[in-house]
Amino acid sequence: MKFITIDKKNWAKGIEKSRETYRLFGPVKDKNGSFIRDLENDMLPDMSCHDSVLSVKSVLFPQTEKILFTTLDESKEDHHIMKRVPADTRQRAVVGIQPYDAKAIQLVNLNFDTDDYRDPYWCDAYEATTFVGVGINKPGPFDFSTSAGTGPFSETGLDVLMADLDNAYLAKVLTDKGGAFMVSCGFDTIADEKESRALFDILRKEAEKNISSQIDTGKLKDKTVLELHEAPFWDDIAFSCINCGTCTFVCPTCWCFDIQDEAKQKSAGRFRNWDTCMSPLFTKHATGHNPRDSKTQRVRQRFMHKLKYFLDKYDQGIMCVGCGRCVKSCPVNIDIREVCKIMNSYEKKE
Amino acid sequence: MDTCIQKIREIAFQLLDKKEVERVIGFSNGTIPMATSPITIASKQDTEKLVFNSTCGLNLANYIRQQKGKIAVIAKGCDSRNIVTHIIENQVKRDQIYIIGVPCKGMINKSKIKALFEDDILKFDEDGDTLTVESSSKKETLSKKEYLRDNCRLCQHKNPVIYDILAGDPVKEQVLDVPYPDVEKIAALDADARWIHFQELTKNCIRCYACRNACPLCYCPTCFVDESGPQWVGKGQDKTDVNTFHFLRAFHCAGRCTDCGACVEACPMDINVRDFTRKLNKDAFDMFGWEAGLDQTKRPPLDAYSPDDPNDFIK
Repeated sequence: MKFITIDKKNWAKGIEKSRETYRLFGPVKDKNGSFIRDLENDMLPDMSCHDSVLSVKSVLFPQTEKILFTTLDESKEDHHIMKRVPADTRQRAVVGIQPYDAKAIQLVNLNFDTDDYRDPYWCDAYEATTFVGVGINKPGPFDFSTSAGTGPFSETGLDVLMADLDNAYLAKVLTDKGGAFMVSCGFDTIADEKESRALFDILRKEAEKNISSQIDTGKLKDKTVLELHEAPFWDDIAFSCINCGTCTFVCPTCWCFDIQDEAKQKSAGRFRNWDTCMSPLFTKHATGHNPRDSKTQRVRQRFMHKLKYFLDKYDQGIMCVGCGRCVKSCPVNIDIREVCKIMNSYEKKE
Repeated sequence: MDTCIQKIREIAFQLLDKKEVERVIGFSNGTIPMATSPITIASKQDTEKLVFNSTCGLNLANYIRQQKGKIAVIAKGCDSRNIVTHIIENQVKRDQIYIIGVPCKGMINKSKIKALFEDDILKFDEDGDTLTVESSSKKETLSKKEYLRDNCRLCQHKNPVIYDILAGDPVKEQVLDVPYPDVEKIAALDADARWIHFQELTKNCIRCYACRNACPLCYCPTCFVDESGPQWVGKGQDKTDVNTFHFLRAFHCAGRCTDCGACVEACPMDINVRDFTRKLNKDAFDMFGWEAGLDQTKRPPLDAYSPDDPNDFIK
């Protein structure tokens, strides 16, 4: 394990240098909040941002992505034959992300990269991406990551984990990809391994100690799906829901998408867009029948997927990394922590 | 501050106790600072859960459609105007709704308060005009007047226009010489700058449709953006499609919008959605002397035919 010290005075120059190899993404503040953006020209990632409205998933899985294209011009031999839009295989690095967002990418991987099927769009983007996270020294009140299987200094899914010290960054290089990124920046001041480990340990413990919000998921596994599905509390949870897609769009682990064909004159494309289980259209059949016709059914679906179906299917914990984005952004303050509490503590009355 | 909450709870308790209504729709405390959440209460014991304060920025008229039995709803000035609109548009029957009117002292602009802090807000309290807001790094004492939402600042109908009972004394209404300063400001821009203004406005839109779904006017069984046979609008992030959604939704609200601000309140991306609707409100006022939701007996101007219409094309 290699540790590198980066003097903050050299940071901008190093990031600039990395552009020779990488297309950079990272959090940027604008007047409406922080967003993960394509860092064009001389934009730098905002390393103090721990609250981007959307997560890093949008870098690998954009809200709208053209995946196939064709021509409708029947004089062309290959008309109406869909072809893949060439993959953008250029190396990209996302710099300055919250550590739990990288863990979320690993959870989405479980869906897009399986033994049976490999989603080429996600997987190609994933392979091209280097994840550089920055530990969160002072987690906010919405952060319940430590009880969601990750944490403010979690390393899962990251290639480099950086610690923000006052005048410097201490970078823990976790993978070869991470090492290559550091080389491309010209960051090569090796730090003492033992001291660095100890420092990371202190920072992590201090940060974790500051987390005030916890969820308890311990009993979810032993409950049956039907028991929870038929529980009486769903109408109450769903009452205030307006069925917008905010929670699913800001969620770093929500992976559902919709496929749309669009044509303009002689050219046509097939797009995939984020979809949301909160929308009635999500499950509407061509016959007009909708198996999830009511708001309560849709709200239940979201929480059951996050906290029960996923847990049962993959046995890798819940489908939530505790970032708190949905809690913060929900227009009607439906709080997954409360829902989790209700589900986890529910005992069916005989 | 006297937020009328004691009175609201008493009224709700009585209504449920005497079985005059089956349920009461109001607000409950949120799980995070500056948040309240719509709630429905069926038992008189639960009336303690009801709260009312200056964070209740959503519009409860959005929750009264397709309810069974008689229900009571807590209504600010703007909520009451949307109830009137619902009655005119046959979404609810007047005798099915018991309206607990609340003279409104304005709702706070949460984004503006959040913007004062580098970190997350941990505590929020209000007492009259004084707001106390705390994060882990600092504490601010603010005057609520300075942090009202833009629509509340310009509101001329703070008192409910329709109610069965009032939970507090009526508040003084303001009469504004310039009721649409924001529209005039945008209108004064040249065409290019105006275009840029609206492009910037939709730049961060993620099409979650929180604005539409928080809006009491948006009750179409299938919204035009969700139509699939034939499809009217692309569903992706293409700029034209995003704009089409916002522009068309605004036009669909023309002459119906009460400027309640629920769309802005709900938007997770902090888009000032009212910039789309306000110009149409102004037009309705300038051309037809119309403000939505004030009179149960009048249909909105774009929904009515009159032989005296000043325009020839309609005759």
